[in-house]
Amino acid sequence: MQKSYNHTKATLALAKASFRSITRSPSAVVFTLAFPLIFILIFGFLSGSTPKVSLGVAPGSDLQNPVMAALEQIQVVKLVRDKNAQELATSLEKGNIDGVINVQKNPADSPAYTANIQYTSASRDKGSILKSLLTNALYELNTKNLKPSVAVLKESTVHGRTYRVIDFILPGQLGFSLLSTGVFGTAFVFFSLRQTLVIKRFFATPVRRSSIVFGEGLARIGFALLGAVFIILVGHFFFHFTLINGVITVLNMLILAVLGLVVFMGFGFVVSGIAKSESTIPPISNIVTLPQFLLSGTFFPIDNFPEWLQPISRALPLTYLNDAMRKVAFEGYNLWEVKFEMMILLIWGILIYAVAVKVFKWE
Amino acid sequence: MDGAKAIISVKNLVKKYGDFTALKGITFDVLENEIFGLLGPNGAGKTTTLEIIETLRDKTSGEVLVNGHDVEKNAGAIKQIIGVQLQAAGYYPNLNLVELIELFAGLYGVDTKPMDMLAKVNLQDKAKAKYKELSGGQKQRFSIATTLINAPKIVFLDEPTTGLDPQARRNLWDLIIDIRNQGTTVVLTTHYMDEAEQLCDRVAFVERGEIIALDTPDQLIDNLVNSGFERKKEVKKANLEDVFITLTGKAWREG
Repeated sequence: MQKSYNHTKATLALAKASFRSITRSPSAVVFTLAFPLIFILIFGFLSGSTPKVSLGVAPGSDLQNPVMAALEQIQVVKLVRDKNAQELATSLEKGNIDGVINVQKNPADSPAYTANIQYTSASRDKGSILKSLLTNALYELNTKNLKPSVAVLKESTVHGRTYRVIDFILPGQLGFSLLSTGVFGTAFVFFSLRQTLVIKRFFATPVRRSSIVFGEGLARIGFALLGAVFIILVGHFFFHFTLINGVITVLNMLILAVLGLVVFMGFGFVVSGIAKSESTIPPISNIVTLPQFLLSGTFFPIDNFPEWLQPISRALPLTYLNDAMRKVAFEGYNLWEVKFEMMILLIWGILIYAVAVKVFKWE
Repeated sequence: MDGAKAIISVKNLVKKYGDFTALKGITFDVLENEIFGLLGPNGAGKTTTLEIIETLRDKTSGEVLVNGHDVEKNAGAIKQIIGVQLQAAGYYPNLNLVELIELFAGLYGVDTKPMDMLAKVNLQDKAKAKYKELSGGQKQRFSIATTLINAPKIVFLDEPTTGLDPQARRNLWDLIIDIRNQGTTVVLTTHYMDEAEQLCDRVAFVERGEIIALDTPDQLIDNLVNSGFERKKEVKKANLEDVFITLTGKAWREG
């Protein structure tokens, strides 16, 4: 009379129930969607679509040349011409302007011009934007080939694409959203299901423990992926977030998102196991998430941190998820090219699940 | 119940928690299609006994057979033919009753029309409500609905009427008798002796991990009377609960 019991069906029933529950839970929606979106909006609007960069023009610089013409075309760059050398020097020191350019005709024939740029340590990030813009502009001029080799920039980096603030902020926010969903969501769900005896009631049915874990995991991954797609699309269409290879890039990012989320859920299992009461979950979860929020390059590049802090940053899993996301999105790397980052995440995953198996409690 | 077959058979069941022995070798049978009551003070071992039979807790020693399946070797098969209502169990958060029934149908691997299940316990009106929005009586009826999803042979109810008003209690009695009349065996625990007397075909008294009496309520009362027991106060033809029900009506109310 009894048909053989279908574990897949049980897992899917749980996943469906859990997914419904998550979409109705305010904290899940806030952490996964609202929180990262707010940061993206703030940074997106703060910087316009791209930041303004002030570039001083050195007195005596040649003004009638293709380089200057090209710079005038770039809306992001505000050319400051009415300052003398002394004023320029002080402004540069204070960071009121982000660089000074001096274009000179080349006494030798080729290249036709040389452009000397002076950056300032007072405005490093804009300096690098400026660098990127100039390289881009000159690259275009050179390839359009108004004359063979119009100018050469005395710089070594060549990075053609405009790196917008959103290109840095969005992957970081996405990573952090995955971290909070993974840790807080998993910890709270399993703790409260245990406390309210929901899990015990489940055990009175033929369902397997693994089905409960997989079902919950599936629901959380599904929800987080929808959130990730939403964040990426908003970033892309409203703030010009760079997706080098379009859909392929998005897919690669989603695969990374799943990997990251699975690792972070491991932290959630551990937290739900060691928390003594519901009120201890947030502080313990914060111990896991806050350092990563601050140190994993979510808002600032890790290179900006003092040197003694960098090894700590370099040890955190979110750092590698953020790095991999940025490389995939902006540089157009494929997954094989970010295998190092993925491997570190995997090692974290193995370690944390080894701990989770030890401390996780069902009853 | 003469000649009825035992559907649950417990022999010399012992359960130890560290140094504490919660069950000291209890033995009893539950017969097919009866309503069997486990009675006794708190901490006597009623819930432990139930949970061992329900395969939710390991036993220390002894033998427990449910419909011929050993709880130790064949927990999976037992889970498919029993329905369990736990004392104070909650339900998955943020889901309405229909969604919860769908979830349990999936967990039991059966196809069920949620509205049919809710109709059995008269909760169709609350289909879209969340569990936590229900009244005490409604919560208990919903819990019982979840025990019926897999059309079980045996239903376990742990203190199903605790905390309910007299109307809701009577309403639940009707439901439990209904379930038995459909051919299901019912095992329940309760602290209300009038309830046990009304509902149960047989009751077992559990005290400090031992069964100290097991018979039909009628027989147990007769035994006591025959031993020379007399109530201090003369028994009237009605009690205060009868007054309550007569004054406030039998109709079950929301609340």
